[in-house]
This record gives sequence, C-alpha cells and structure tokens, in this order.
Amino acid sequence: MKLSVFAPLAVMIAIGVGLGVGLTNDPRALPSALVDKPLPDFDLPPVRAEERGFSHEDVKGEVALINVFASWCISCRIEHPTLMRLADEKRVPLYGVDWRDKREDGAAWLAAFGDPFKLVGEDQNSKLAIELGVTGAPETYVIDHTGRIRYKQIGPITEDVWREVIEPLILSLEQEAAS
Amino acid sequence: MRGNLLGAIVIVLAALLSLDAGAVLPDEVLPNPVLEARARAISKELRCVVCQNQSIDDSSAPLARDMRILVRERLVAGDSDSQVKAYLVERYGNFVLLRPPVQADTLLLWLGPAIFLLTAFGGFAFYLRKSKNQLTITAPPPLSDEEDALLKRAIEDQA
Repeated sequence: MKLSVFAPLAVMIAIGVGLGVGLTNDPRALPSALVDKPLPDFDLPPVRAEERGFSHEDVKGEVALINVFASWCISCRIEHPTLMRLADEKRVPLYGVDWRDKREDGAAWLAAFGDPFKLVGEDQNSKLAIELGVTGAPETYVIDHTGRIRYKQIGPITEDVWREVIEPLILSLEQEAAS
Repeated sequence: MRGNLLGAIVIVLAALLSLDAGAVLPDEVLPNPVLEARARAISKELRCVVCQNQSIDDSSAPLARDMRILVRERLVAGDSDSQVKAYLVERYGNFVLLRPPVQADTLLLWLGPAIFLLTAFGGFAFYLRKSKNQLTITAPPPLSDEEDALLKRAIEDQA
C-alpha cells in the first residue's frame, strides 16, 4: 500500500480543518472601512424638541465616543448601565445617535433608563448611519482629538469590553492628544 | 384531466413571467424608469449588511430600505453606477458587494474552484494512464500444464 493513496484523505482533512476554523469566526465582526478616516460631516436634529442635536463640529477637539442606539434595540439595554456609569464618572464625553427611531420613543427611552449623553441627535433615515457604515445597533465609534474615527465597537459595550478594549484605547488616545 | 394540465401550465407560466419586485416599496420607486432600472440592478449587487446573505433589493430590513433610497438619491444626483457602489464600499468595505472584486486577497476565492477542477482532472488523467500501463505490463501468465488439464476435464464434463 503506497502512502499516496492517503493523499485525498489528507486533502479532505485539511479542507475540513480549514472550514472548521472558519466557522469559529464571527461573521458580524466586520473591520470598519472608516477606521483612521475623519468623521463625516453631519448635523443631526435633536431627539427632544427643546434641545439641540449635534454636528461633527461638536465632537471635534477631544477624545469622545459616539454611540448608536435606539429604543427598539434590545442589546442597547445591556450596555446602558455601563454608559450611565461612564457619564456619572465624566470619564469621556458620550454623544448619542438615536437611529431609525421615533423621536418620542427615543426621548421616552432616555427618560426611563437615564440619559448618559452630552448631546443626542436623531437619525431617522440612516443618513449618518450609512455615512458611518453602521450595520446594527448598538455600535460605538471612538473618535480621537483630531476628529478621526479610531475604532468601531460592534455590539454592546459591556464592562468587559470597556475594560479590555475601549478604556485602554481611550487612554492611549488621550496620551496622543496630550503629547 | 386535460383542463387540470392546462391550468397547471397557466399557473407555472404566470409564476415565471411575473415581475420580480424584490423588497422595493412603491414609495421608493423613481419616476424615471431608466434610473429605476439602474437602481434595481445596483441594489441586486449590494449586500444588506444587517441580514448579510440577501441583497438590499431583496431585503425588507429597515437599513436595506434606507440604502435603496440612498442608491436612488445618488443616481438622481448624477452618479454613475460604479460611483454609487464606490460610495458604499468606502463606508462598508468590499463586504457590501455581493460579488467581491478580483484583487490580491480574493484571488484564492476566484481561482479556487478552477484550481480544484484542474487538480481533479489531472488526478483522474494520471489514474487512467497508470491503470492502462498496468494492464499491458501485468498481462496474466499463460496457464500451466496442470491448469490446462483441469480446464480440459471441466469442458469434457460439461459435454
């Protein structure tokens, strides 16, 4: 029996292992095409009529987070306590984009669970969402002091994500800004 | 019986000839039929990033609807088909294209099937040639005297 008869089997095993490893990849974890690109120009109308929304000019000048949320978004409830804590500690300015939501629903959601945002705007027609490459809510963009997008968090910012990913990044960006 | 068959044919024809409306809602349709046709063609090539394996033309996801409207707005503004696609690729990466472009990191994807097919045909041709050679080389040896006698006896028994 020659070893070469095992060649097809070896090829099949190699393909199987390759595909098996592929299955462990999260198809939702997409690299953002906009990382290191400047924040697009925008001017969002407010969620609460008595306030103002916000524009790209508001975000520029310091390290900040832009959080895409919605009242219909279940996972947003998961990250909300973390965002509230960050707001209480004044750790980093948070800007909220109420995406594809009715204004009154967004406002009621913030009234019910708390409003961690410095400024909140609404994006009913996904105008900003598509500019940012949003694929779902929640998503959070880390903006550096020069107004560039440096990271995109897909899915909720849990305490783990904050501690292991976002906080170290913000620290290094703040150092970058100071130097 | 005949009537049933006719009915079935009519139903199948109706299904085949019906216009495919995708997920496009009436309020999205552009008044200009040429632009609308271009929008439909582009939408079929763009991935719905929420559902991932549908085009935005097929998907009823809210974000797909907003992307279809955006495609139409860009066309009305005078963009070419490739400019519209480039606009979305800039924001979502090549992932948004259902047909990935041929480039260095997608070569394996594009050439993979051809490589597999060639390898399979190559292996088969090799196998055929080898077994043909084996036939000529390993022709069975002639019968020994003993076997010859056995064969003769068997034939006589039969007769």
